[in-house]
Amino acid sequence: MRLELEKRAETSKRMSVLSPLIAIALTGISVTLMFIALGVAPLAGLHAFFVEPLTSVWSWEELLVKAGPLVLIAVGLSVCFLSNTWNIGAEGQFTMGAIFGSVIPVLYFDFTSAWALPLMILMGALGGMVWAAIPALLRTKFNTNEILVSLMLVYVAQYLLDFLVRGPWRDPDGFNFPESRLFDAAHVLPKFGDGRLHLGIALAVVAVLLIWFLLAKSLKGFEIKVIGQAPRAGRFAGFSQNRTIWFGFLLSGAFAGIAGLSEVSGAIEQLTPVISPGYGFTAIIVAFLGRLNPIGIVFAGLLLGLSYLGGEAAQVSVGISNKMTNVFQGMLLFYVLACDILILYRLRLVRSAPAKEAS
Amino acid sequence: MSALEPMLLTIITASTPLLLAAIGELVCERSGVLNLGVEGMMIVGAVAAFGTAYTTGSPLLGIVAGMLAAVALSLLFGFLTLRLMCNQVATGLALTILGLGLSGMIGESFVGEPGVKLSQISIPMLSDLPLVGKVLFGQDVLVYASFAIVGLTSYVLFRSRWGLILRAVGDNHTSAHALGYSVLRVRYLAVMFGGACSGLAGAYLSLAYTPQWTEGMSAGRGWIALALVVFASWRPGRVLIGAYLFGAVSILQFHAQASGVTLPSQLMSSLPYLVTIVVLVIISQNRQLTKTNSPACLGKPFSPDR
Repeated sequence: MRLELEKRAETSKRMSVLSPLIAIALTGISVTLMFIALGVAPLAGLHAFFVEPLTSVWSWEELLVKAGPLVLIAVGLSVCFLSNTWNIGAEGQFTMGAIFGSVIPVLYFDFTSAWALPLMILMGALGGMVWAAIPALLRTKFNTNEILVSLMLVYVAQYLLDFLVRGPWRDPDGFNFPESRLFDAAHVLPKFGDGRLHLGIALAVVAVLLIWFLLAKSLKGFEIKVIGQAPRAGRFAGFSQNRTIWFGFLLSGAFAGIAGLSEVSGAIEQLTPVISPGYGFTAIIVAFLGRLNPIGIVFAGLLLGLSYLGGEAAQVSVGISNKMTNVFQGMLLFYVLACDILILYRLRLVRSAPAKEAS
Repeated sequence: MSALEPMLLTIITASTPLLLAAIGELVCERSGVLNLGVEGMMIVGAVAAFGTAYTTGSPLLGIVAGMLAAVALSLLFGFLTLRLMCNQVATGLALTILGLGLSGMIGESFVGEPGVKLSQISIPMLSDLPLVGKVLFGQDVLVYASFAIVGLTSYVLFRSRWGLILRAVGDNHTSAHALGYSVLRVRYLAVMFGGACSGLAGAYLSLAYTPQWTEGMSAGRGWIALALVVFASWRPGRVLIGAYLFGAVSILQFHAQASGVTLPSQLMSSLPYLVTIVVLVIISQNRQLTKTNSPACLGKPFSPDR
């Protein structure tokens, strides 16, 4: 018995919808096995991880708070990935967006006009774009690997944030805690409901609609996909690869920057040394699980948002580590990538030794 | 001299994990496979090594465990990218994310526990030499191993039949296949070698560099190792030079602080990452160099039935 791959005549439409679901199911099975290995009753564990976070209004709101930045970053990244450009430094662009966006609430805290918030959002986008422009520039000008550059900049951005909140931006009345001053009410994103749900989720929805339009209805979207799948054909059509790289990086940088700003201005309301549980990296998983499709990304963002809440709930109610979240996320991406093969190939179990056919 | 010796010793400790991980990735890339999961394999190697050494008290068993754990992860990567022909960039990222998550979960009970330090092996007579004695001949087994691996790799890659086959597979997998070499088998072996070396690098971190477990202790070294391979333009000797240059840069901060330089510590800590970017730019500017040396099939999937 051995596994054979048989190429399909054309890509399977059915499988391109089913494969992420199969991946989720396989991840669920693996998580169950892990619960058993850890000595947790599997049903109680699964209930704590996937269902418990959805049993109260408060936690539904919290789910949206977590899913918001994931979806916002992931739709931006999907444009990059579709054009075969690898921006994996969204975490750094997120951090820079938070830093740039905090210039007004931290340094010009007296400026409380109605223009303050829109300006902060613009500054956040600018921060992310500046940080994303570096790998784009180095890639297009010097052919430097954008994966490594964008990733290295994550660490640099995190050290810069650490420096600011421990040094020049530390709250003068903050008893020496490494935190900036609390943002003025005029610098905090409007809230809905009774939890922490803030305007950031609306920004994410707008971004999803924009990218859906871009990819499905515009020439630019077509250009991105052609450059990604057939760069040579794209060149003949007069599409510029460098322009696409710039476009992808600036767009995803801006989105990540806005996500960073909305996290500090909506959810945390001040700058702290750590502002993200790895949203920028998790968003990569969200983008792939959503099959680089804006609508798919919405569902994927909700599931991965749930995994953050599920990890915490499982820690409280069945006593396993909340690191389960990261394991879940990592396994999920593996299964998503592996299941993608079902779109192009048929899997077959072959009984006889197939090596002899060739002769 | 008295100031120089501890400095050289710290440079060696900082460089060894980079060297080990980079030489493994170099072999892997020479066979045409880009494994971006070095960071993930390294950290899982680190936690497996720490945990085993902590429970058994034997750092040598720890090293073996670290290596095996990382090889297991590399096989997972190999299965996806080689058998299922998944995108190597995305799968490598997945490996890193999974490795960081797994290690955090496995290592949670080890946080704050005292580790077992890998002992130094002093080579008799030689280690008593003035000046260079302790630096060159008073190191632990992994430091010696790192040099041995670089030497062996260089020899095998460029002076042996195996190396020729491996490079052929990396430069033109279709021709290598037509000549009757099993492209996938060669690549599986290269990926496993990369995993083993990353595991050694991780074991070095948690048994020698800082003999304890802290979450995320690899701190981007896996990524720097990937950059080193580009920096070295896929030549083992240059990986050695590069790793030691980076090691020197990364310990600069401690010595700068000691000598009264008042730059913010965060700037000093981000120096290795900034230097990596600058070096990558300088190297990639020279397209001739990267083009002639980089394996032509790097990152391209191979399917024998096509």
